[in-house]
Amino acid sequence: MAPGALVKLDDYRQVAPRGTVDFLMRIGERLRGKRLLHVSASRYGALAEGLGRVVAILNDLGVETTWEITIGTADFDQVSRAVTKALAGTEQVITEGMLARLRETGVDNARRLRLDADLVMVHDAAPVGLVEPRGESGRWVWRCHQDLSSAQPQLWNALRPVVQRYDAAVFSLARFAAPLSIPRFIVYPAIDPLSERNREMSRSEQAQQMDRLRVPRDKPILLQVGPFERQHDPVGVINAYRLVKRHHDVRLVLAGPPPAPGGDALGDVQEAASHDPDISVILLPPEPQTELNALERAATIAIQKPLKADFTLEVATAMWKGKPVIGTIAGGIPFQMVVNVTGYTVETVEGAAFRIRQLLSNPELIGRMGAAGREHVRRNFLVTRHLSDYLALLAHLTG
Amino acid sequence: MSETQPFVFLGCLDLNELLPHEAHDARELVEQLEKVPIESIFCHTSAALLHRPVLAEAYPNDFSLWVGTEVRDVRLAERLAAVDAFHAGSMERVREELIATVSDHLQHLGTAPPRTQGKRFRFYQVHLVPVPTGHQARTLIEFRDALAEVDVSALFYHTIEARYRAGRGRGDFAEWVGGVLARPDLADRLAHIDPHAGSLERIRDRHLSVLSDAIAGEGA
Repeated sequence: MAPGALVKLDDYRQVAPRGTVDFLMRIGERLRGKRLLHVSASRYGALAEGLGRVVAILNDLGVETTWEITIGTADFDQVSRAVTKALAGTEQVITEGMLARLRETGVDNARRLRLDADLVMVHDAAPVGLVEPRGESGRWVWRCHQDLSSAQPQLWNALRPVVQRYDAAVFSLARFAAPLSIPRFIVYPAIDPLSERNREMSRSEQAQQMDRLRVPRDKPILLQVGPFERQHDPVGVINAYRLVKRHHDVRLVLAGPPPAPGGDALGDVQEAASHDPDISVILLPPEPQTELNALERAATIAIQKPLKADFTLEVATAMWKGKPVIGTIAGGIPFQMVVNVTGYTVETVEGAAFRIRQLLSNPELIGRMGAAGREHVRRNFLVTRHLSDYLALLAHLTG
Repeated sequence: MSETQPFVFLGCLDLNELLPHEAHDARELVEQLEKVPIESIFCHTSAALLHRPVLAEAYPNDFSLWVGTEVRDVRLAERLAAVDAFHAGSMERVREELIATVSDHLQHLGTAPPRTQGKRFRFYQVHLVPVPTGHQARTLIEFRDALAEVDVSALFYHTIEARYRAGRGRGDFAEWVGGVLARPDLADRLAHIDPHAGSLERIRDRHLSVLSDAIAGEGA
């Protein structure tokens, strides 16, 4: 299908497991007429990108699905950023005034928005307060995409009673979930195989993109996609590459967004890479989906070596392109892999180097693991499975 | 003349609910096994089939898998793997067998049980939502052809869920073939297909092969 073309449910027949689209259509028939409302604080970013497609397909299926955005003043944006960071475990100063602002903004938006639906799904912390004035009709779910396992206690203690006004909470992983008195469901995130990041790409387009990024394709490529931050350990990846380089002539590509002011590891990475023409450090443009698609397709082995991570869907995107993944056990990385079948988990630089060498010495293993990884993603991490989970939630909670 | 009651194929959606029970070692595992709802035992034994990865894993249920890979107690993992959820008769019986296995292991251990090296065991329960697949059958041939086409979750719903949780006899396929089509011999063969075949797709293949043999036999 042509890049940028409008994607329809039927298009997923070519990529989803056999029978999936027909089954989704049957579920749609069963739930036809139900109203599902998503609410988030923004229409941009990684969450919004996936949600847009989910909303479109649910409507295609006959489930009346809408998506509303909350609004807040400039100071609310600061509050919301601080709350998000504090919930992720980065120490922040959260004052009573900030908490009050969070709640007031929720209540103001609840007055402004039309929130009558069979199921209202509120995404993440910024709009969490929408639930406070809720009425009796409809069921409410809080969809938390963050890892709350190390949330700042003072903040979480203040937010927990608000969250417990919902009928249920949905987390991306059990290890991300906080203790709550309401039911907690686990729904893994998923990739869209027809998005710009994952669509099929011709060899010539791929070559064009790689030329543009100035990455030669003369040697096997090791690739890590991720921010240039210490917790993503790009320097550790360079050290692993150096151990591999003693035995195999390879390239290393580190690709990530330009660091925010004060971003900490880029200087070290550039310094470490400066004397080695086989290391490419790529600062990605604001909408890097095409570039990442090309890089992942050109890679021989994908690496994800963060010390702390969120779900890290980069694992599934690389596996979808038939690449074995060598990853740490942080965040959602091991949950996307079948260890020793689609890739390896490692805990050290030496472990990463050993597994890379093992794969490079056994090219047939690269092909076999890559193929197993693509099938594993097809069954477990495509947006079609994500849709099933949301429909199951709708059916379970609304009867 | 009475019309044959059709077999209506249902698939299912599943939703995993995280329970407030977890274990870090075998002692905690046995304590929690005594407390968790029976749906959780079903989830971690029989329903594991719903999400089995591309290649069958070494151990057939979540308990043995966790003990083997995270606690790294191979003896206990092997013994838990031998608890057969599909032949125990009921989920309460499965719970009893799991508890007895872990308790016996702890008694003979002599020292404190090893703690998990990685992930703790988190208990879930699974909620199933039945969904019509749009396929139905009145004859054996229609039944076989529909079975080849339906969403794989229908295999789970009509065999594992029907037989081991909902208590619908020997599973919906065997009951319909034996009762409505009056083919007790074939019903027996379907009921004896081992759910440990590896994956739902493999269970589908075994059903298709039994049905195709029976259809070929009719033609001979």
